[in-house]
Amino acid sequence: MNLFRNVVFVAAIAGLVAGVVLACMQAYATVPLILKAEVYEQAGGGHQHEHAAAPAANATDTNAMSTAAPAEAAAPAEDEGWAPADGFERFAFSILANIVTGIGFALVLVAVSEFAGGIGNWRQGVFWGLAGFAAFTLAPGLGLPPELPAMPAADLTQRQIWWWATVAATAAGLGLIAFRKSLPLAILAVALIVAPHVVGAPQPDSFETPIPEGLHHQFVVAVTVTNLVFWLVLGAVVGVVRGRFTGTATSLRDSFA
Amino acid sequence: MNTASVSLGASVSSQSRFMQLVLSAFLGIFVIGVVGFSHIDAVHNAAHDYRHSMAFPCH
Repeated sequence: MNLFRNVVFVAAIAGLVAGVVLACMQAYATVPLILKAEVYEQAGGGHQHEHAAAPAANATDTNAMSTAAPAEAAAPAEDEGWAPADGFERFAFSILANIVTGIGFALVLVAVSEFAGGIGNWRQGVFWGLAGFAAFTLAPGLGLPPELPAMPAADLTQRQIWWWATVAATAAGLGLIAFRKSLPLAILAVALIVAPHVVGAPQPDSFETPIPEGLHHQFVVAVTVTNLVFWLVLGAVVGVVRGRFTGTATSLRDSFA
Repeated sequence: MNTASVSLGASVSSQSRFMQLVLSAFLGIFVIGVVGFSHIDAVHNAAHDYRHSMAFPCH
């Protein structure tokens, strides 16, 4: 399990670094928009969003974001399980989630790239990062744009299946284009990348939402850009750490077209 | 760290290499699945802002 151990080691460092970077970007770029949306959600009364309204959460939320929500602070405690208290605890769990999944994404990235000869340096890592961004953020985000709380959405499980299928098809397509020098396979690759969008993402019955269009648009931009930086950092750090670790820079370009 | 230092796991047979890489990838997918996609309420609530910020399907 020598190789496995090395992959986990590289992925852990890269995931840690990129996860912390992403958490910091989220704190400035996306979380404030989520908190704003929760004010609309709570003021709007109608809600698909059953969890954020943990009573403990509202107190700090209100003073942080707006004065619109006090009426709803008296809402009955719904039975939605444990939730972190607003403020530091909530932020701490977000950081934790960022780091843990950062390591998860890094494991996938390192494992897949090792099949293609490994990420030799930070520049190759940036290109692998772009591919990860395309597969994990861009492609699923076309059919299922980033949502704010209180936005209508189709059945959760169906969306999750579509999300994973789109990631898999896009990644396979990109891999075929990058590593197989064959026109028919390139055509197949394009078909793979396009197919999920022909099938179409599960859509909600109604698109009515209390969230202003401008706020949502801002959120889509923030999510996409923060994820782009996350993937670039993740790929670059994998390249650097792996380079230090192996002492050599195996050339990706040799296997690349 | 000094001995096997040409690539990550230079001294590994190709079949074992394949299995170990597949295993790492699945471990990664499993981790992402638990944190980002689990339907358990407590897990969802803990990583709520994260899920939204990653454009993972939520709620």
